[in-house]
Amino acid sequence: MPSPSSIPPAAGHPRPATRTELFLAFTVLALQGFGGVLAVVQRELVERKRWLTHEEFVEDWAVAQILPGPNVVNLGIMLGARWFGPGGAAAAMAGLLAVPLGLVLVLAAFHARFADDPAVAGALRGMAAVSAGLIAATGLKLSGALAKNPIPLPWSLALAAGAFVLLAWLRVPLAWVLPVLGGLGCALAWRRLR
Amino acid sequence: MTATMSAPQLILGWHDWLALFVHFLMLSLMQFGGAISTSADMHRYLVEDKGWLNDAQFGDAIALAQAAPGPNVLFVALMGWHLGMNTGSLAAAFLGVALTMVGILVPSTLLTYQVAQWGHRNRERRGVRAFRAGMAPVVIGMLLATSWLLASAGAHARGWPVWLLAGVSCLAVWRTRLHLLWLLGIGALLGAFQLV
Repeated sequence: MPSPSSIPPAAGHPRPATRTELFLAFTVLALQGFGGVLAVVQRELVERKRWLTHEEFVEDWAVAQILPGPNVVNLGIMLGARWFGPGGAAAAMAGLLAVPLGLVLVLAAFHARFADDPAVAGALRGMAAVSAGLIAATGLKLSGALAKNPIPLPWSLALAAGAFVLLAWLRVPLAWVLPVLGGLGCALAWRRLR
Repeated sequence: MTATMSAPQLILGWHDWLALFVHFLMLSLMQFGGAISTSADMHRYLVEDKGWLNDAQFGDAIALAQAAPGPNVLFVALMGWHLGMNTGSLAAAFLGVALTMVGILVPSTLLTYQVAQWGHRNRERRGVRAFRAGMAPVVIGMLLATSWLLASAGAHARGWPVWLLAGVSCLAVWRTRLHLLWLLGIGALLGAFQLV
């Protein structure tokens, strides 16, 4: 069974028309991403614009996670490069970083004045709690893509659960978890693919 | 959180700026699982070894970048910013931002670009397909773990209301199409009134 992403996209598969569209799309999603952009990327690129399917997103996200670098920036580079080459990678990366960088520096300037305000500290804490929920929801949504994975579903779920327990509860370093469980996943997928 | 109190007063020479840049270039290729994974080493380097930032500035940089829109890697820019401001000059603050951000991004970007293009050209290969499919379950587990760690950091300070808020937001995003900004706004309000 071929994995869905190995099939070239159908002619009707939407994609950004220009690098400007790509830059603007990534700027808009970066500006909505509080406490991390991943949840927004999934909603904007997969659910709204349909530039990627769920399965493509999970697989691209996996590669973006494994490579060193900020995950969302890596994803932007990968997608931008696929659609428009180096210029696309630069457009996506600039979209993700340029406006948010300016904004965060302005916030830092204000923050120095309000840092001691318990309401500000509380607001940051509340937003972090919501962000935790957003990230978990993204993980749950993407787990739907495992049904189409060449790895049998019980194995996929066991690998996901294993990664969670090792990282969140046992605090095993990622540098151990990723090669071991990821390697096992790759071996399982390899056996099932032709 | 008293970032402005007892901030270090620094006088940095060009070799200090160069050392900062080189350190971030090196960290760039070690950012597995996102820029935040190198923050422990940044703390060791910037706060403990060099004394260029104090603990409060370091913590604020991470908290503020988490709270602000945009990729979390922007916490690196804020470290450069605080470091430059500790020398008492706005120009140095911008230099700090430029050196830390260029340092942390350029090596990983070049690598990602090359690997992504190679992987896309060879996407029909069995090995490439197996790699992409095989990693997917682990990545989902990693996401859930990230969420757990973020929530438990907040719960450490405030207990069960943080878990409740995280759980309700998770359900809302998973099961409804409510805009994410509404949820973040609600979270900010609840926090501002000390309810979480």
